[in-house]
Amino acid sequence: MSTSKSFMKLGALAVAGALALAACGQAPGDDKGTSTGGASASNFKACMVSDSGGFNDKSFNESGYDGLKKAESELGIQTATAESTKESDFAPNISNMEQQNCNLIITVGFLLATATGDAAKTHTDTKFAIVDSTAQDANGKEITLDNVKPISFDTAQAAYLAGYLAAGMTKTGTVATYGGIQIPTVTIFMDGFAEGVAQYNSDNSKSVKVLGWDVKKQNGSFTGDFEDQSKGQQLTQTFIDQGADIILPVAGPVGAGTLAAAKDANSDGKNVSVIWVDSDGAVANPDSASIILSSVVKEIGAAVEDVIKTTKDGSFSNDPYVGTLENKGVGLAPFHDFDSKVPQDLKDKITQLQQDIISGKIKVESPSSPK
Amino acid sequence: MLAFVLALVIGALLIVFTTESVTSTLSYFFSKPGDFFSAAWSAVSDAYVAMFRGAVINDRGWDFRTVFTPLTETMTVATPLIIAALGVAVAFRAGLFNIGAQGQVILGATFAGYIGFTWHLPVVVHVLVALVGGLLGGAIWASIAGVLRARTGAHEVIVTIMLNYVALYLLAYLLTTRFFTQSGSNQPKSPAVGPNANLPLLLGDHFRLNAGFLVAILAAVFVWWLMTRSTWGFRFRAVGSNPNASRNAGIGVATTFIAVMAVSGALAGLAGAVQVLGTEKSLTGGIAGSLGFDAITVALLGRSKPLGIFFAGLLYAALDVGGRSMEAATGTPIDLVLVIQSLVVLFIAAPPLVRAIFRLPAPRPDAKGARA
Repeated sequence: MSTSKSFMKLGALAVAGALALAACGQAPGDDKGTSTGGASASNFKACMVSDSGGFNDKSFNESGYDGLKKAESELGIQTATAESTKESDFAPNISNMEQQNCNLIITVGFLLATATGDAAKTHTDTKFAIVDSTAQDANGKEITLDNVKPISFDTAQAAYLAGYLAAGMTKTGTVATYGGIQIPTVTIFMDGFAEGVAQYNSDNSKSVKVLGWDVKKQNGSFTGDFEDQSKGQQLTQTFIDQGADIILPVAGPVGAGTLAAAKDANSDGKNVSVIWVDSDGAVANPDSASIILSSVVKEIGAAVEDVIKTTKDGSFSNDPYVGTLENKGVGLAPFHDFDSKVPQDLKDKITQLQQDIISGKIKVESPSSPK
Repeated sequence: MLAFVLALVIGALLIVFTTESVTSTLSYFFSKPGDFFSAAWSAVSDAYVAMFRGAVINDRGWDFRTVFTPLTETMTVATPLIIAALGVAVAFRAGLFNIGAQGQVILGATFAGYIGFTWHLPVVVHVLVALVGGLLGGAIWASIAGVLRARTGAHEVIVTIMLNYVALYLLAYLLTTRFFTQSGSNQPKSPAVGPNANLPLLLGDHFRLNAGFLVAILAAVFVWWLMTRSTWGFRFRAVGSNPNASRNAGIGVATTFIAVMAVSGALAGLAGAVQVLGTEKSLTGGIAGSLGFDAITVALLGRSKPLGIFFAGLLYAALDVGGRSMEAATGTPIDLVLVIQSLVVLFIAAPPLVRAIFRLPAPRPDAKGARA
């Protein structure tokens, strides 16, 4: 007992010493007052509730959170957040936010649609915005409420361009995609991607195959969650074995498994590249930039920031925000390392397609498109 | 009690050293130590006050609704936890480790939910039938493991863990079929259960507390009666303490295994049913959350006794509800909240550790279950 005691004393001494060294700085002057927010500090409070993925999911929860934090620093507003760890947390988390007197409550993900709808009906003086969905009643029917702004993204448009690009770039004539969970916000990417490939095939009378998704049957490959990267790695390995050389993982952090599998395959002499989703993959994963062909970008953060700003300025409306190629809510990221490898005529064709989609000449339709 | 205090102290230290306003005062600790202590004190007290306000009594308002919402919220969250933990405890007492509560909760929720939103039955009858459906769903799922154990000796831990996955993906699949989504939407979510299948709210519209809480109390009484007053309970306990001796004494060990798992699963299934019919209303892939695993913790915390589980469930739920309010009010990250929760459970579940830290004498052998 005595040895362990002296050990503890020694340890405590060491810690105290380290703290003392770190603690020799100057105290800030008393005249400084409250520096947080300064004069522009606002009483406006924007709050956010995540879905069960959490705010550090490297995907849509995180994008939304970044938008909130950006609004906090730029607009000088107050914020509060609640992270859900399971679905039964949704309703209590929203009601906690109400007790924090939030002016605007942003819920992230369609899983919160019913909880948001319920809360918005009882708290008519609080504004709500929901990312990737509209408010729903208990039966999952979409409802329109005066105080709920739906924020959704027609990602099929951007994924269509990515599909066209992939079909134009593949050497093996086979591309692949897979999702995390079979929900509309995931399958919309896969629909657009497959449509884009089909368009390429009919334009050039080629027969590039898409593995992992069947648009007609609405059926394909899913890892089952948004967490397990090893499943993404296995699935990607299977696709590569079947000859795919461009992969689109629509599974948030699981996509890291695809990057790993692609690197493995490339070190065996294959030439596999990846199209990232949600954020610009080459920026988010700089060490994998050499295998990221492009990304299907979904500007959740910017949309969140925009809604906060308009609500703060008093011009909240319940008109749905739909991110499209036209308003740059969705888009194809720059090619970065692949810029020199993508042929100029393919680039021109994609720019042309983008114009055609914006002008309405081409309609990219997915059963999951926001209405 | 000391265990609780200890967990709160460690939690306080974690809060202090992760709160930016506090750590920023550390850099000039020697020139102005007061800043550090006042910042630390306010960070910690804000967090714990928020936790208390969120879980027990909110003293910020004087109307009935504001004051009692937190307490009823805790009771609501505790309801399925208590029921599922009772199921796990029945198996523990009979020497079986039912790690499959999660799968049984899912099956119970699926059965109850399906009955709830497709059938149309009169008031009272509908909710009872749906609850029985939940019981059956869980019982059938757990019996698979029971039968395999009794007939082939396949270990119930492995089988139940694997059945958890089967249940999870079975539900995920069902939610893509038209039988379950019905409304024609392509989102993996069922319609809400019919109005007659809802567990009635106990305190009116403003509180989520529902009759599920009464079901939990009844379940606790039932388990107490089953384990201490009935012949079956005696057989369960006998097999639990020594299967070989029980066999020699003429108890059918194989049938007992099956019966234990069926009862255990039925309770877990009931928890799933209560979750669907009471609070969640419709079936989604994540309906069970982490209920089945939390139930194991609660069962251990309550030392597998009905009364212990009842209070353990309430404590666990209070930490859960209070933790969320702490996050909302003070921005303490939810991960830290989970750490504090786990510390409380750890210290309560390990009395010798607490005794060693505070140098308390070991309890005499006859003083059982000393809570330090």
